[in-house]
Parts: sequence; C-alpha cells; structure tokens
Amino acid sequence: MSRVVHKFTRRVPQWEPRVTPVRLDEATPAQLDALKVTPSNTRVSAYVLTLAHDVESLAVRSPLFNAIMYDEGGMSRAERELGAIAASMVNRCIYCAAVHADRHAKLENSTEITDRLFAQGADAELSPRDAAIFTFARKLSEAPPEAGPEDMSALRDAGLTDAEILDLTLSTALFGWANRLMHVLGDPVRPEGTA
Amino acid sequence: MSLFEMPTLMAGVTETGGFGAAVKARSNIFDMTQAAEEAVLRPDECGAFPHDMRAALAARIAAQSGDRVLAEHHAKAAGAMAPLSDPTQDGTASHPVLIAFVDKAANATKDIAAEDITRLQSAGVGDADIVRLCELVAFVAYQLRVVAGLRLMQGGKT
Repeated sequence: MSRVVHKFTRRVPQWEPRVTPVRLDEATPAQLDALKVTPSNTRVSAYVLTLAHDVESLAVRSPLFNAIMYDEGGMSRAERELGAIAASMVNRCIYCAAVHADRHAKLENSTEITDRLFAQGADAELSPRDAAIFTFARKLSEAPPEAGPEDMSALRDAGLTDAEILDLTLSTALFGWANRLMHVLGDPVRPEGTA
Repeated sequence: MSLFEMPTLMAGVTETGGFGAAVKARSNIFDMTQAAEEAVLRPDECGAFPHDMRAALAARIAAQSGDRVLAEHHAKAAGAMAPLSDPTQDGTASHPVLIAFVDKAANATKDIAAEDITRLQSAGVGDADIVRLCELVAFVAYQLRVVAGLRLMQGGKT
C-alpha cells in the first residue's frame, strides 16, 4: 500500500498513474519509437508509459523539454529550474516540484533557496534577482496569467538579459504543460511505513 | 499560419534587437513548439477528439485566459464545434463531463483530484482519450504562457 504525498518536499516520491499505462509488451512500433526519445531511456517509467497513449504528443514533447531545460546559452540551469519550481508550486504538482527543487539544490550545492520557497511560498526572502525570477514565473503560471509590465521591469532591473527572460518564460510555460500531465494523470506516493 | 507568424505577436521584431536575437537563438524551440501544436491540435490519430473539437477546446482555454488573439487563432479551425469555444457555454447539452474537466484542468489545476479522472472514466472516456485530452489542455496552457511572456518582453500586457 502507498499513501499520497500532499506537502512540498525535495525527496522525490513515486508516481502512481490514475489511468492504466501502455504495456511495454503491447506497445505499437510508433509507441516504441517514441519511448526511445524520452529523457531517460534506461528505464521506461510509468509516467512515460502513460503518456505513450498519445504517442504523437510524446514524440514531440520530449526533445522540446530537453531543449528548453538544457540547451546551452541564455539562462543558467539553476534559474530555469526556479521557473519550473514556481509553476509546480502554483499548480501544486508535488512530484514536479520535488524533482526540480532537488535539481536546483544540486546545481546550487545548497538547499537554502528551495527550503525557503517550500516554507514561505510567495513570501520567501530571496536575493533581488531570484525574487524577480520567482515572482515573474509564479504570476505567469496563474490562470489566467497575472505577470505584467511591472514584473518584466523587475526582471530587467535585476539585470536579466532578453535571452535569459526568454528562457525563463519557456521553462515556466513548459511546466504549465508538465504539471497538467503529472498532477492530473497521477498521484505522488510513498510506500506505507516510510517517513 | 504558424503561431509565430502572427503579425500581432511578432510585429517589428528584427534579428538585430535583443529580443529578436534571443528568439533567433532559440529558433529550434519555436520550431518544436510549432511541431507540438501540429501533434496536439491536428494529430493523425485523434481518438475521441477530432481536429475541430480540439481547436474549439483550445480556443475556449485561450479565451478563458483572456487571450483573444490566441483564441481566434484556434477558433478558425473549430468548425461545427465552435459553440464549445465560447467560455460562457458550459457544454451541458453535448459534453458536460468533458467540458467541466477541461475547464478545471486548465484553470484550477491544483484542485484536480483522482475523482476528476474517475468521473471521465465513468462517463465512458477511455484511458488513452484521457491522456489525449490532458495533452491538449496542457499544451495550450504552455502555448498561452509563451505568448504572454513574448508580449510582455515586447512591452505589451499579457
């Protein structure tokens, strides 16, 4: 048995689908082909097998995801993760928030920022640059999006270039997509008996 | 017309300005975004959701976010499904469970729970179609935030 995780955490839970994933031994050639282009092709996760139900979307989304989060130039990887975390907090995608807070902490070699974000949310005390990034990403993630000219000015005042702001927009928007798959199609869980 | 050829979105953008150079440097991402629109809005394998219905739902989500330009972009392909693109119509007559789910997944994502998926299943929506529907809602959520950010970068409002 497992229980659903409801609180933000950096300790990545398991993900349990609410629909039946595609069975690998029953996958069509198109599904098998798409499964190869996923970010981790060593092991096919329940999440990816779930998304394989819509193979055309899966095939285009995986390379897009990698380009937005990992292509060189522009915004640093850690700051792109802040966009992902902000979106995941707005949409309460516990799983996505955990994965990307963990990545942020590893990239920064510090848990300080994500500790504060999970404890204080929008009120977290951050450096002016991180605060401008998190506020913009958080407001862009609301539905309807609430980011406005003042948030854009704050990014520029904090020293962000056009290339960095574009990357932040893309990583934040990307998690508007990812959250609506991960949080909607499954539950973040831990086996009973674990802390 | 590609989204990124929209005159209102990319008016006056040149590759020499900071914004234009930034967009050009990420042209691969914009190409892949366009490919994603094709895959999600106009897939070969539609499941229970033909192209016109997908376009209508995309237009509905864009309209709910107040993005008239993006709503019109999608509404052009809505055909007979056009009434679903109107956010003031709740789809009670034709697709009540579907529309309730789309509205909630798009606009109150954090409140989605296991029951919302069960409700779709009980209404006869298959698991593959549930995934297709989520991809549609999720892609439009991405697209409208990219557009909103691009507008703000050019000095506009969302």
